[in-house]
Amino acid sequence: MSDRPKTMFEKIWERHVVREAPGEATILYIDVHLVHEVTSPQAFEGLRLAGRRVRRPDKTFATMDHNVPTTDRSLPILDAIALKQMETLVRNCREFGIPVFDLNSPDQGIVHVIGPELGITQPGRTIVCGDSHTSTHGAFGALAFGIGTSEVEHVLATQCLLQLKPKTFEIRVEGERPKGVTAKDIILAIIGTIGTAGGTGYVIEYAGSAIRALSMEERMTICNMSIEAGARAGMIAPDETTYAFLEGRRYAPKGKDWEKALEIWQSLPTDPGAKFDRYLELDASQLEPMVTWGTNPGQVVGVTGVVPDPSEMPTEDERKAAERALEYMGLEPGTPITDIPVDRVFLGSCTNSRLADLRAAARIVAGKKVHPRVRAMVVPGSQHVKKAAEAEGLDKIFKEAGFEWREPGCSMCLGMNEDILQPGERCASTSNRNFEGRQGRGGRTHLVSPEMAAAAAIAGHFVDIRDWL
Amino acid sequence: MQPFTVHRGLVAPLDRVNVDTDQIIPKQFLKRIERTGFGQFLFYDWRYRPDGTPDPDFVLNQPRYQGASILLTRANFGSGSSREHAPWALLDYGFRAIIAPSFADIFKNNCYKNGILPVELDAAIVDHLFQEVWNHEGYELTVDLPEQVVIEPNGTRHRFEVNEFRKYCLLNGLDDIGWTLQFEDLIAAYEAERDALPT
Repeated sequence: MSDRPKTMFEKIWERHVVREAPGEATILYIDVHLVHEVTSPQAFEGLRLAGRRVRRPDKTFATMDHNVPTTDRSLPILDAIALKQMETLVRNCREFGIPVFDLNSPDQGIVHVIGPELGITQPGRTIVCGDSHTSTHGAFGALAFGIGTSEVEHVLATQCLLQLKPKTFEIRVEGERPKGVTAKDIILAIIGTIGTAGGTGYVIEYAGSAIRALSMEERMTICNMSIEAGARAGMIAPDETTYAFLEGRRYAPKGKDWEKALEIWQSLPTDPGAKFDRYLELDASQLEPMVTWGTNPGQVVGVTGVVPDPSEMPTEDERKAAERALEYMGLEPGTPITDIPVDRVFLGSCTNSRLADLRAAARIVAGKKVHPRVRAMVVPGSQHVKKAAEAEGLDKIFKEAGFEWREPGCSMCLGMNEDILQPGERCASTSNRNFEGRQGRGGRTHLVSPEMAAAAAIAGHFVDIRDWL
Repeated sequence: MQPFTVHRGLVAPLDRVNVDTDQIIPKQFLKRIERTGFGQFLFYDWRYRPDGTPDPDFVLNQPRYQGASILLTRANFGSGSSREHAPWALLDYGFRAIIAPSFADIFKNNCYKNGILPVELDAAIVDHLFQEVWNHEGYELTVDLPEQVVIEPNGTRHRFEVNEFRKYCLLNGLDDIGWTLQFEDLIAAYEAERDALPT
């Protein structure tokens, strides 16, 4: 049996089983636990009430990102409830001995940006966080997924989780992607194909030549949105791109340990002939830049397309959902996507706020001006991203074009801080969710790539970015 | 966690597909550091108009569904964010069971951790139950976890599947941290090997 070809998921799963017994959930060991201010306070309180300790503070890392202001950090925080949540995180981390990258830390940032940046995210690891976009870390060949607060408490107390084994789903993207088609467009096309519940119950492994050709930043964008297809985790086999990204980072293995780690990592990729429970193949050469038109990420169409007609939807549920979505979005069927005007542009989030994303957007806006109707903002994913972008002058390019250049955090992706849309405002957003009210009650979100968002900011409506390249 | 065994209650029909956790509990209510008191914010943007008054068109505001403890809804309920505030809000409002053709993974898991039973039934059966609820004021269902059936007032039984371990946890209101900690020696043995690796 041990010679049976295995998927990468199976290998990582098997290496983390602490106990497996018939009729029970598997006790799975967790290598890294990332913690943030919003989904942890009740977990720490639970520990205190039960008199339990944090089993492995050395495998636990905390930061604050969800409700932090993105304005000048030297100013006081005006939202008293948000401030209390941030202070609670610091107090909890001190009490339980957990390192915390707080607002004053040069390492602060969105939890899914700083994990990889600091080299905490490594191939073969099990990584969890009380946040559904933990799937991001799968880009390194890790098994990474989001958990609820009860499970956060469970991991804090035991460094393990009780898990039922998911099924496996291989999505191959083959061929060369056309100019102007980004990782964001690949994942939006996948979600548009399988739907927002298409991955439910599965761990997705992305493979194929178009995936291998992606940078680490691009791979993170793909894995990040696995959850939008319903899959808790997405993963991509580690390779030279992965190792080159990790080498020398603060928490990455060094010297002899690096060599030994490489050996382990090279044994992770799926064996030839290993079986998945489900398969899908996409041709990258046929993809185009994508824009969502509705209120979930599966309601998406190519930029040359039009807003669809609900009456043409295949099922009654989808027809009703589309009707409701178009009403909320204030759109008419048949409207060309490039005729849709935008009021706001948001460049940021754990999906698209890394240096490569900001560079790509800056190339589009350089020397141009934001459309007079549009308010546009850039929210770098971390302090390190912000500093690196400023070192190469990206902040100047954005500011000269009329973008706001802000401090790192989740910001308008979920609008927990004051960065929100007003009712009826339409936003081109590089984030991951276009749910009703996600960016502010009554706000209308269209998900796009950084390049597409940047171009929409200049033109005041969506444009086919391929016409600008 | 409170155990779940057999529950009989009034059914409220939420006829929407893909209800995400941002709708169940909008983000402005996630800043609280307590586990309780979220029920008043459940489905906030649907329940209340922008001026803060209840929207009489929303199902939970209709007099006939006051006191409902079973939520009947459509496929992929609970998609999106992992916020456990969603099941906390549902439970605090008074829901003990949710019936739908399918649930999002993280949400389903979070329900089990809070003594809420997510019941998956075929879309055709869910359709039928919607008709029954709409047609009969005061419509109640019985959700029987030991028998794994949903029972209609006329006695019709609909079998549902539930993982054996999850069932055991719900029936006993298990403290699963305590359960895992009984294998502390295994965790320690695993760690001894794991910590020796360079990654």
